Amino acid sequence: MASRGEVWFDDAAGPLVRPYALTRGRTQDDRYGLDLVTLVVSVQPAVHERIVEPEYADVLWVCEHPLSVAEVAAKIDLPLCVVKVMLADLIERNYVIYRTGWQPVRNTPDMDTMQKVLDGIRKL
Amino acid sequence: MVSASSNPSSPVAGPAIDAIAVKVLISGGFGVGKTTLVSAVSEIVPLRTEELITELSNGVDDVSGIEDKSTTTVAMDFGRITINPELVLYLFGTPGQDRFWFMWDELARGALGAIVLVDTRRLDACFAAIDYFEQRQLPFVVGVNCFDGDQLYDVDEIRAALDIDSFVPVILCDARERDSTKELLVKLMEHVMATSRLADSVPAQQARSSAAT
Ligand SMILES: Nc1nc2c(ncn2[C@@H]2O[C@H](COP(=O)(O)OP(=O)(O)OP(=O)(O)O)[C@@H](O)[C@H]2O)c(=O)[nH]1
Ligand SMILES: [Mg+2]
Repeated sequence: MASRGEVWFDDAAGPLVRPYALTRGRTQDDRYGLDLVTLVVSVQPAVHERIVEPEYADVLWVCEHPLSVAEVAAKIDLPLCVVKVMLADLIERNYVIYRTGWQPVRNTPDMDTMQKVLDGIRKL
Repeated sequence: MVSASSNPSSPVAGPAIDAIAVKVLISGGFGVGKTTLVSAVSEIVPLRTEELITELSNGVDDVSGIEDKSTTTVAMDFGRITINPELVLYLFGTPGQDRFWFMWDELARGALGAIVLVDTRRLDACFAAIDYFEQRQLPFVVGVNCFDGDQLYDVDEIRAALDIDSFVPVILCDARERDSTKELLVKLMEHVMATSRLADSVPAQQARSSAAT
């Protein structure tokens, strides 16, 4: 079994070394309950890109316009868990704002929203 | 408030930051047409995102065979339909390898419902997905992907073979066709809403206790 230290420098983990260093090994983040479809958008990326690490700057530019967390992860090609930590760091510093999508308050979702989804699909 | 209107150069205007984002899952066995289905209706080329299976997953029985490999990744692809700037629908394909249950949990959390694609030549490949959604009480419809007219069974035979409840829609489809895929999504949303109404008519107490199991 590889020790934690070895993992970061594993061949397979090569490209991940840098993001892991950035997130200081954090792979889970519950600060904001970010979900796959939580929408995020950066605030003044041109200003903030200069005061963050380059990988964080990439995140800022990717979500220059509102995007889901899943899209941010796909576009910067890093694992979802790493991207969530990076986004949470940026949210904490107010460089990114987020909006959680529909939340299952009860076991049954909101009818009005579902009707709109249905109408929208029919119109495609 | 920042909104997509500040991005006139974008080919497809994305959602506003205060939009409601919902998702449905596209599930089924390996190679059954999940990505094809997503491509048929998505306004963006399906994107692929990866999740790491790290030492954090060691407690999960289903990945017990791979604990010696510390950084396995599991991929899922997804597409987007911006219904309007205030409402966006994401379609997530579940990973082909159904042993990655912890990933399914993240995918299923908050999902409206699921489409389970089946290939009648390999019906058993979708059993795991059906079991999962039944257990989670996530509404689903079955799409029978008709590979080159290889349609050996009718809908009733397939329903019987899958052993699913009679109210679960089973629809013949072609995942490559946009209209066919649209119809599947329409049927799914109608089913989701019907299921939801049914749950509403059950006394709240009962609904809560069944949801908790
Ligand atoms: N003839 C026919 N071929 C199809 C249909 N749907 C998908 N295919 C083909 O089947 C193959 C697999 O489709 P995918 O969409 O990649 O399947 P998938 O479920 O995403 O596969 P995995 O992600 O690997 O599990 C592709 O070559 C598709 O072109 C269909 O309705 N008819
Ligand atoms: Mg696929």
